[in-house]
Amino acid sequence: MTLIDLANPTRFLALSARVLPWLAAATIILLTIGLYQSALAPDDYQQGATVKIMFIHVPNAWLSMFVWGVMSVASLGTLVWRHPLADVAAKAAAPIGASFTFLALLTGSLWGRPMWGTYWEWDARLTSVLILFLMYLGLMALWRAVEDPSRAARAAAVLTLVGALNLPIIKFSVDWWNTLHQPASVMRMGGSTLDKAFLIPLLVMAVAFTLLFVTLHLAAMRNEILRRRVRSLQMMQASRVAFSSEMGTGSRQENASTGAA
Amino acid sequence: MTALSALIRRDIRIALRVGGGALIGVLFFLTVVVLMPFAVGPDLALLSRLGPAILWLGALLASLLTLDRLFMSDHEDGSLDLIAMSRTPLELACAAKALAHWLAAGLPLIVATPVLGLLLNLDMVATGAVALTLLAGTPALTFTGMIGAALAVTLHRGGLLMAVLVLPLSIPVLIFGVAASQAAITGPSSFGAPFSILCALSLVSLVIGPFAAAASLKHGLD
Repeated sequence: MTLIDLANPTRFLALSARVLPWLAAATIILLTIGLYQSALAPDDYQQGATVKIMFIHVPNAWLSMFVWGVMSVASLGTLVWRHPLADVAAKAAAPIGASFTFLALLTGSLWGRPMWGTYWEWDARLTSVLILFLMYLGLMALWRAVEDPSRAARAAAVLTLVGALNLPIIKFSVDWWNTLHQPASVMRMGGSTLDKAFLIPLLVMAVAFTLLFVTLHLAAMRNEILRRRVRSLQMMQASRVAFSSEMGTGSRQENASTGAA
Repeated sequence: MTALSALIRRDIRIALRVGGGALIGVLFFLTVVVLMPFAVGPDLALLSRLGPAILWLGALLASLLTLDRLFMSDHEDGSLDLIAMSRTPLELACAAKALAHWLAAGLPLIVATPVLGLLLNLDMVATGAVALTLLAGTPALTFTGMIGAALAVTLHRGGLLMAVLVLPLSIPVLIFGVAASQAAITGPSSFGAPFSILCALSLVSLVIGPFAAAASLKHGLD
């Protein structure tokens, strides 16, 4: 089974139908374990119980960037390899990524209120994630602005690749600009500075959220494929209606051609 | 080379003659700057403190306003198809068009800056700093905006959408442009660091912009 075998949508639908229940089950199990572990995690000596927001906030923030990365790879697939499912993958990922980004911003501001004394600060990391959220919304608007999906796909792919430049800015913003947001503590040179009691639940939650994304993404891709089938069936029906009435009286011809367009 | 210089000359000539609209950008810039004292009050000390930010915002909005002319009129009369079919690579043609657009629409904004600086009570040093940062930063605005303009051509009714797509990409330019001019006027921090990042942003967009614009044009024209 290679990537090119999945190019056939029917085969993809069959395979994803078999995989999806297992993925969903694994997601639920891991999420349960992760939430249980985060509930049992000790309170921080400085932050108290509010540190537990981290177990929701950090996976959301990681996923917000990871999803744009997935979309960038899919955009390469659209532009370079012309993989037929690549644009389906890119389109289905955008709303999910926007939701993760929104949740990261929301949980971050809920965490920031007790810790920093403010819901929002124009700090480098916060601002660059807000820009990422705006770009998700713009991308979704671009998908809707063009009627023909394959045409929209290529326009969106170019924009996705240009927008990928924002990812390293977000990643390194806390190191380049020393502002309110704390510097990187998990993925950094010289190992994590986080204690094991926090690190293990956090990593479990990160894997669980990634599985959640994969599950939602596969389901959304199936929906998108089915939606496109419905669309092409409707187009075929419309043209058939137009064709049959063209065969009829000449006076109905004008109606039919407007109906087909 | 002659094809490209002919393209640049043609674009500048179209932009500057009747109906070209490049100088409308300067008028819009002036209007934005004049509106500011009405919004924040005619306090000259406050205006001189906000001055660099106002000038940068005005220039950003003015360059956004003229962007849709970059490809739209050529698309309407069909010359964009001729450019795409010619032997010159489309990436180079896009770069040439953006350069012509910057010369006709971006450079006048920078020339107008000292006059507008007077209205905002900026002193000589501040005006010079803002003009210098605009000179370094507006190419980045033009070359990233070109990506949005190329997308908008393929969308048919994408004018407003273009603004939404381009503005997030121009935020870094705005941040470092204003930071550099503030550093030159008041700050203890150095002018050099944000200014070099601004130049770097322009150079990066000079490389990426033509390729992204040509890619979306190629796919959109079909």
